[in-house]
Amino acid sequence: MEIVVCVKVVPKVEQVRLDPITKTVDRTSAENELNDADKNAVEAALQLKDRYGSRVTVLSMGPLFFEPLLKLCVAMGADDAILLSDKAFAGADTYATSYVLAQAIKRLRPDIILCGESTSDSGTAQVPPQIAEWLGYPNISYVSHISIEDRVVVAKRTVKGGYEVVKVPLPVVMSVELGSNTPRFPDFKRKRWAEREFKITIWTANDLELDLNLTGKTGSKTEVIELHPIAPPQRLRKFLEGSEEEKARAIIKIIRESKG
Amino acid sequence: MLQSFYKLQQVVKMGEIWSFVEVGPEGIEAVSLEIIGKAAELGDQSNMRTAAVLTGWGMEKIVKEVSRYPVDRVYYVEHGELAFYDPAKHANALHQLVEKEKPEIVLFGATYNGVDIAARLAIRAEAGLIAHVTYLGIDPSDGRLVGHVPGFGGGIVAVCKCRPGVLQIATVRPGVFERPIPTGHEAEIHRFSPKLHPTNGWRIVERRVAKVVDITRAEKVVVAGMGTGGELSLAKTLAQKLGAQLAVTRPLADLGLAPRDVQVGSTGVSLRSNIALILGVSGASHFVSGIRDVKTVISINIDRNAPIFQFSDYCVEADLFKLVPKIIEEFEKEGA
Ligand SMILES: Cc1cc2nc3c(=O)[nH]c(=O)nc-3n(C[C@H](O)[C@H](O)[C@H](O)COP(=O)(O)OP(=O)(O)OC[C@H]3O[C@@H](n4cnc5c(N)ncnc54)[C@H](O)[C@@H]3O)c2cc1C
Ligand SMILES: Nc1ncnc2c1ncn2[C@@H]1O[C@H](COP(=O)(O)O)[C@@H](O)[C@H]1O
Repeated sequence: MEIVVCVKVVPKVEQVRLDPITKTVDRTSAENELNDADKNAVEAALQLKDRYGSRVTVLSMGPLFFEPLLKLCVAMGADDAILLSDKAFAGADTYATSYVLAQAIKRLRPDIILCGESTSDSGTAQVPPQIAEWLGYPNISYVSHISIEDRVVVAKRTVKGGYEVVKVPLPVVMSVELGSNTPRFPDFKRKRWAEREFKITIWTANDLELDLNLTGKTGSKTEVIELHPIAPPQRLRKFLEGSEEEKARAIIKIIRESKG
Repeated sequence: MLQSFYKLQQVVKMGEIWSFVEVGPEGIEAVSLEIIGKAAELGDQSNMRTAAVLTGWGMEKIVKEVSRYPVDRVYYVEHGELAFYDPAKHANALHQLVEKEKPEIVLFGATYNGVDIAARLAIRAEAGLIAHVTYLGIDPSDGRLVGHVPGFGGGIVAVCKCRPGVLQIATVRPGVFERPIPTGHEAEIHRFSPKLHPTNGWRIVERRVAKVVDITRAEKVVVAGMGTGGELSLAKTLAQKLGAQLAVTRPLADLGLAPRDVQVGSTGVSLRSNIALILGVSGASHFVSGIRDVKTVISINIDRNAPIFQFSDYCVEADLFKLVPKIIEEFEKEGA
């Protein structure tokens, strides 16, 4: 069984600053990390590998600086990593991103495609169902548990107020719920090997069958007009001091007086 | 002559604004009503007609109920294959109606299912999709939809539009817009039968859902964080005494101690309460974006340097296991 996991590298949200003059996101000031939900997706894939002996390929579209973090996935246990990197892919919205990923997936022909539930930089959760639509595959989102019986996936997905269990024949695209498992640490020896010897496969636009009108900024159906910092609301930040009783009474008073 | 022709065109603008209506175990989803309300407002501003759209099977009663809200029409996309949720089928059926009626804008609630259908429809219809918006407007200069998308854990907002000439789709974060009241009359209902082939694709074999408390509209909320050590009984008692709803931070929901639906933050819900009493929460950026619209924030934390105090009106440095029982005790003493 072949599994492809789509992962993205994102800046650490706490460190992202908006340049006040250019109004663009200053990514140089932030460290990069693997998108959190994507770590859960990699772990879910590796658990399937442990159970069913699948082959796991990590797939990402983005600039070359993604490489070290893709190697981290290999260190965790992924068998291969492919980076889709080309000027023609830059500035893509979810439409253009999902198109390029879907074209790469067509070349790989996996049985299962796993994604994270959403990314922490834009957090749209649109890319996984969009990949599925390009491929004409079913999709299951917010999945917390996966098992496979006779080429049928049985997946538990979170819904409002609880969960449902869905059965779908392969191939299928699933997005893995953030926090639904604990991503493993890379084994030390495998990490060294991944960092020093493992070579990431880079695919450019020439390696895929693509309509270049559908990729990158050209292919995007949306545009960002501008970025604003959201000013945090003004808060009093007043410390309540005194004995425990005094604090308790002060809190009750504030609650009582805050009607409407 | 030419001038009046253009004027006429402006008044009778062709496209409609659609609101995709979802139905849960408790009836029409709150966010579906919220987008109907917003669509009515946008329609008034821009002279566009509005419609509510439902996909399903055997939903006459709900369809009628929807028709009493402020919409010009209701489209009911009806087919036996739509009796159960399958994102691909519902998107396909909806797309057939889109092809026929050619709306300008389609709004969805950013729910577990709404996101899937919106995303798949956007590919089929070659549409622009603005995701998880917290603000919607129409730019009067070009008539295009404008959506605000909070990103990077909620600290930055991106102002987004769709490219000119494409179908414009947006998913809307629940709890942001006001729910409209029924109009007192019924909008016209149009049935549409899509062509769908039976497939053995998606099958829901088990489903467990409990009634969900909508904490986005609560007046008072007690938020429990990891400082409670996962022991929620104290926070629950306090919430009960105060007549407040109980909410949690992400790690507590991850541990399964409370449903996702009462998790506050960028990957949960936003509070707009009068009071939020926050117990043992550190104040991570993913969390604090969910208390932005709270009027008065009171935080109790054992660590005087906890970041949460930067986002609080009243800061209380204390051990919650000692202070919360005191609050309950004092509250009972005052007899209320
Ligand atoms: C992509 C992504 C999305 C996320 N989305 C969300 C989200 O939507 N919502 C969310 O909440 N989190 C979210 N998180 C997690 C977030 O980053 C934090 O990890 C989380 O908010 C921390 O929860 P906490 O404050 O309850 O726990 P902690 O950070 O562990 O803080 C516990 C606090 O309790 C205090 N404390 C300990 N003992 C006591 C005591 N006896 N009395 C009083 N105080 C005490 C401590 O001083 C500390 O400040 C997200 C993370 C990621 C990566
Ligand atoms: N550029 C990308 N490369 C690979 N996977 C991606 C990319 N963008 C999004 N994804 C996948 O789609 C998921 C949801 O992303 P989003 O729709 O942006 O919230 C992510 O968690 C990834 O698994």
